[in-house]
Amino acid sequence: MAQRIQQLPPGPPRDAGAVPRAKTNAFSALLHRSPRLRLAALLTAPAGWLVLVYIAALAALLITAFWTVDTFTGEVSTVWTTENIVTVLTDPVYQRITLRTLWIAVAVTVIDMILALPIAFFIAKVASARWEKLLVVAVLMPLWASYLVKAYAWRNVLAEGGLLEWLGTPLGLSSPGYGETAVILTLSYIWLPYMILPIYAGFDRVPDSLLEASGDLGAKPLTTMRLVMLPLLVPSIIAGTIFTFSLSLGDYITAQIVGGTTQMLGTVVYANVGAANNLPFAAAVSLVPIAIIMFYLFIVRRSGALNNL
Amino acid sequence: MRLSRSAKVVLGVVTALVLLFIYTPLMLVVVNSFNADRTFGWPPKGFTLEWWGKAFDSPGVREAVLSSLWVAVVATVISLLLGTLLALSLQRYDFFGRDVINLLVILPIALPGVVTGIALNNMFTTILGVPLSLWTVVIAHATFCMVTVFNNVIARLRRMSPGLEEASADLGAGVFATFGLVTFPQLRSALLAGGLLAFALSFDEIIVTTFTIGAGETTLPIWILQNLFRPNQAPVVNVVAVVLIVVSIVPIWLAQKLSGDSVRVSGARLKADER
Repeated sequence: MAQRIQQLPPGPPRDAGAVPRAKTNAFSALLHRSPRLRLAALLTAPAGWLVLVYIAALAALLITAFWTVDTFTGEVSTVWTTENIVTVLTDPVYQRITLRTLWIAVAVTVIDMILALPIAFFIAKVASARWEKLLVVAVLMPLWASYLVKAYAWRNVLAEGGLLEWLGTPLGLSSPGYGETAVILTLSYIWLPYMILPIYAGFDRVPDSLLEASGDLGAKPLTTMRLVMLPLLVPSIIAGTIFTFSLSLGDYITAQIVGGTTQMLGTVVYANVGAANNLPFAAAVSLVPIAIIMFYLFIVRRSGALNNL
Repeated sequence: MRLSRSAKVVLGVVTALVLLFIYTPLMLVVVNSFNADRTFGWPPKGFTLEWWGKAFDSPGVREAVLSSLWVAVVATVISLLLGTLLALSLQRYDFFGRDVINLLVILPIALPGVVTGIALNNMFTTILGVPLSLWTVVIAHATFCMVTVFNNVIARLRRMSPGLEEASADLGAGVFATFGLVTFPQLRSALLAGGLLAFALSFDEIIVTTFTIGAGETTLPIWILQNLFRPNQAPVVNVVAVVLIVVSIVPIWLAQKLSGDSVRVSGARLKADER
């Protein structure tokens, strides 16, 4: 049957008047004429917030580290002293804590690197396009699940009579219990996606043709990996280590939840803000991870890793 | 480079094992929230909904949920506003000090949370003498949530053609009309994605929160931390943990669907959607 096309009734005539026009507005006209004014209007609030809230806070932290606490009133008194800094640097207790924190951060970084390289390679270069997308989402999702919940989940896994013991008993292994090993394990778990994603992005950028050329020229897969891929991947790997290293360095929640009595720089900071109520000392301790991270960033800045962040 | 079949299989197995490693502990929390055994040994002894009921009836939990929601909503609104303004000014204008501000923006997420936390705590209590409350938490959260909005908006701005805005101005639209009719509609999904990320980030943040929250106030993560070491609260803690997982993952999943832009881990740019 032939379809009958109904003609729509003619609408109101379209004229230029239907286009929304700005009302003559002096302020809008002024903004239009002056880009500098426009920029000032845009930038003042956010830049002001960052400087007044964040930069001021960091500067104040640095200054507070040189103050002291009145032992009688518990109030911060603005008497200048380098005592806090000296204690943090020379007291063997804090030296040990600093070294332990560094060791934990390095161990976590190495473990994550070893786990992340094969999985990132598989996702970027072996899996089909559809699987690649799915796997990226699968890695990304738990990244956003609460950090606290992840640490808590490991408390369950490591608990007496928990999953790890159940899995390990037939193999003659036991759960490491709460302590330094548990902290390393849990932190490796929590920060693993932060290592996988930059390395995956790095593998993804290596063109397949380069790998084929290397293969055609007679290189075995391991040789190609060592001579072609690894040099191209270094910036991505370093970008990943910046995350795992710096995030582990500042941790204190995981140490509290699965660390037993393990002390890290973060736990010392937290204890001095809360129970011990010695903010200047806490500030001095917090300068240690800042200094270490700055030093690490300084070393790696030439590798181009910072552009991969 | 041609990988042998066995090499591919080995890589696939390693990938599967790592994913198993990533998901098992989270699944364990979900399973335990239905576990009838109070000690949560493995394997579970029975199924129960009792803990979910208890969590639902607990006034402490309800109060914490409301505080968390309020903090997350207010922080998200502030960071949407500031993040968008910042992205517009850094993408559209070249000015003295632009690189410094570019670096400043990522600082709140580049430095460890404990540093941000103590810096703000010190600022509020020692320097300004402001008592800690939920508002101080909002200010702290907005500072780092701004970054996620900024990242999403600036990525979108880079792909937008400035020609449209010029055309709008040439046709006589004022600065505000152009923003409302031309720029904003193009930014809408990026704003939604950035806002969802900011919400999820704020809702389950714990480190900065512990340093900036007032005594007697609890957000959901703080509630977990306070009840974690009390054995008789363990079942309810499991339930709250599951709620936290769901509330943080669903917005992210939505944001991912919406934005279509490359995904960022505050950094690592992934082009999963471009192929």
